[in-house]
Amino acid sequence: MRRRAIDATPAIVLVLVLLGAWEIYVDSGATSSSILPAPHAIAESLWGNAGLLGHNLAITAEEVGLGLALALALGFALGVLIHLSPPLRRACYPLTVGSQAVPIAVIAPLLVFLLGFGLLPKLIVIVLICFFPVVVTTVDGLAAVDPDQLKLLRTLDASRLQAFRFAELPAALPAAISGARIAVTVGVIGAYIAESQTATSGAYSGLGREIDADLSSLQTPRAYAAAVVLFAFAIACFYTLSEIERRLAPWANQSRGDIR
Amino acid sequence: MQALTGVSLRAGHGELLAVVGPSGCGKTTLLELVCGLQAADGGTVECAPAALMPQHDLLLPWLSAVDNAALALRIAGDSRAQARGKAAELFAELGLQGFEAAHPHELSGGMRQRVAFLRTLLSGKPVLCLDEPFGALDAITRAEMQGWLGRALEREPRTVVLVTHDVEEAVVLADRVAVLSPRPGRVRAEVEVDLPRPRSRTDSEVIALRERALVALGMGDAGGVREDERG
Repeated sequence: MRRRAIDATPAIVLVLVLLGAWEIYVDSGATSSSILPAPHAIAESLWGNAGLLGHNLAITAEEVGLGLALALALGFALGVLIHLSPPLRRACYPLTVGSQAVPIAVIAPLLVFLLGFGLLPKLIVIVLICFFPVVVTTVDGLAAVDPDQLKLLRTLDASRLQAFRFAELPAALPAAISGARIAVTVGVIGAYIAESQTATSGAYSGLGREIDADLSSLQTPRAYAAAVVLFAFAIACFYTLSEIERRLAPWANQSRGDIR
Repeated sequence: MQALTGVSLRAGHGELLAVVGPSGCGKTTLLELVCGLQAADGGTVECAPAALMPQHDLLLPWLSAVDNAALALRIAGDSRAQARGKAAELFAELGLQGFEAAHPHELSGGMRQRVAFLRTLLSGKPVLCLDEPFGALDAITRAEMQGWLGRALEREPRTVVLVTHDVEEAVVLADRVAVLSPRPGRVRAEVEVDLPRPRSRTDSEVIALRERALVALGMGDAGGVREDERG
């Protein structure tokens, strides 16, 4: 633990230096604070609007949380099916890859037009973004299982299903989480874009909506404050998933030696 | 590509047959045939059910040692608790008590091979096929493991086919040693090892038999007599 604190110090120092430079730049009057607020103004706005920001964070977090859970469930299921069935792989893989090629900024307004301003279009956007990486990592995780392992289970009289349950499934779960971890920060961007499509739904409709609304009404410090919260949220998601992955697979980071 | 040709071997009930030969002589194929993982292109394999212990322990990283050992029991339908109970007994009997809850990444190579051997034993099959079980271990651990295996088989006798490239190991552990030629493997010699156990690698009889096997392999002292006999 002590080592970690020492390791973080250079990064913290760099951040403080950058923040300091930013503060000096704005205070020098080189730019209006409606265009680029100073860090202290952002901090004040964060503090003063904690209730509003907290509420909008809850909304965005709910979208991302649900979307991620759905993406994990669907991605994992499809990954397993693709692993077990080569014809299915040939049928589904191109479509799955294709789903990544469509720009979210185009899909999101189409979905909102189709499905309205509720939770559903946002969920679909997030699932679309996060689903593919989960499928890929799940399939890779399953493929990485040593075929000798499966051979061994055969000699212990295991059926194909049992071999899957004992040797492949436990390998697939951390792999799926790894895919989610990779995708989550982009998923948060997706939530932001989807929320931006909701034209007018009042102040309480997620951080993305908040940022857009505040920018158009020149409440720039608050827009930045909301952006900071969104940014922190994305990072928290990433580290939470990392931690879950680490706990699901504690052996994964060990290097094994035969001579101890 | 033919792995084996004209191989005719027999292991009696409770006997330990060692098969030695250079890399690529078909030793692993032989074991897979015995275990039923492969079908012979010609000839027959008549064998009671056989369990395989591969060279790499292949323990499942997410299961504890005792759960790994109990795998065959779980497959056969035992509940986790039942399977654990039976496996734990064997742990105690073979000197592994205290390691039941450890995970493979926490164990040394020698320990992992021991757990893998217990897994093979607990499969309940009368024949064990050991594929170079100590090949991946350092020399000191290997010697330790050979002693451990000998004692374990005394307590839990089985019919064993042991494949190894270590001729000394074969003579120390086996009742008979079959020497295979390079690919396609054929039996060059069978050396009977009729010595009391436990044997030490420094016993003169062990050294003599080792020499005979090495000669049959084509690696004995220059000037040694080439022998080709069926024991």
